[in-house]
Amino acid sequence: MLNFWLGIKTIYNFKFMKKIILIFIVILVSCKQEVKTDDKVETETESEEVQKQNPLLVYNFEKLEPILNFEDDKIYVINFWATWCAPCIKELPYFEQLNAQYKDNNVEVVLVSLDFPKQFESKLKPFIEKHNLKSKIIALDDVDSNKWIPKISKEWSGAIPATLIYSSKNRQFYEQSFNFDELVTTLKHF
Amino acid sequence: MKRIIKLTLLVAVIITVSAFTNKTEVAPLGYKIGDAVTDFKLQNIDGKMVSLEEFEESKGFIITFTCNTCPYAVAYEDRIEALNKKYTEKGYPVIAIMPNNTKVKPGDNLAEMKERADQKGFTFPYLIDEGQDVYPQFGATKTPHIYILKKEDGKNIVKYIGAIDDNYQDAEAVKVKYVENAVNALLNGEEIKIKETKAIGCSIKV
Repeated sequence: MLNFWLGIKTIYNFKFMKKIILIFIVILVSCKQEVKTDDKVETETESEEVQKQNPLLVYNFEKLEPILNFEDDKIYVINFWATWCAPCIKELPYFEQLNAQYKDNNVEVVLVSLDFPKQFESKLKPFIEKHNLKSKIIALDDVDSNKWIPKISKEWSGAIPATLIYSSKNRQFYEQSFNFDELVTTLKHF
Repeated sequence: MKRIIKLTLLVAVIITVSAFTNKTEVAPLGYKIGDAVTDFKLQNIDGKMVSLEEFEESKGFIITFTCNTCPYAVAYEDRIEALNKKYTEKGYPVIAIMPNNTKVKPGDNLAEMKERADQKGFTFPYLIDEGQDVYPQFGATKTPHIYILKKEDGKNIVKYIGAIDDNYQDAEAVKVKYVENAVNALLNGEEIKIKETKAIGCSIKV
């Protein structure tokens, strides 16, 4: 009998959960739309300076490592992504927005691409140009990922999207996607 | 009478719901080295259901979470097929499981899986985790993601978790073949030197 009532409770909890999830989705979707329009505005006023003139930075891990360990008063947001990773592309505008709005507040965004080297010219560079990415971009070309993944974070399984955020005060790794609000909220802990 | 039917239905729903709740609570932990794997029953691309207990002759398994749509998984397709060819006869067949939500990744649905397997001539079972409840039990987070199991006292014990080798870009330039080394060690009754490795992969789509 106790089981029975617990069961009923579970059903109600389940329904309640459903409602919460629905509300959450609605909020998420509305966030997304907002940013999307921002993104559109940005691409419409696209100017072809900066990135085009800069050659793509291609690093091995040894060269990347110092960027993950700066000891100054900035907050570093290091996002691992690739052009073929759909959830990465989805969250990229939020990192760009963060870079645009917070770079004067001591926040630096670095986008570390894990695209295949043979696609640097055919996919990565055209993508960077097309979307007029303003954040610092580094292509990591280092096949021995078993060596460097644990050096970035012991918690990282190797799945992308993934983001490392660090400052002199705190260092956290997130194997997850972000939206803009989540990024801003997370930054408060650094 | 109607009441009784209603009540029975309700109880059935409760059991299902509570079973579901339990599962999601246990799921994120995943298997560790030395854990015994719970058998599963998943649909193969030929429509038949496949579970580990059917492989009475095998000494173990190379369980490979993979898919059609992830470039890293695609980069390893030929190497996965080669593993199956080499190790099936030695008692360690490849069992590939596609863990993605096919609503998010339609390119990974059963028809597409079948087409890819035909194109590439896969000789291993290519199963779909349609309910998406097997990959969380394993704790798989990405494709490709390998679990080597060895049969011990009727149980399938996890012996290795991680990558196939140390070069996703170029099969020719591989220096360490993690999976081959692990299976060879098991076949020779030796201790596996590298039991866990990390590699970049595509997150499993939920």
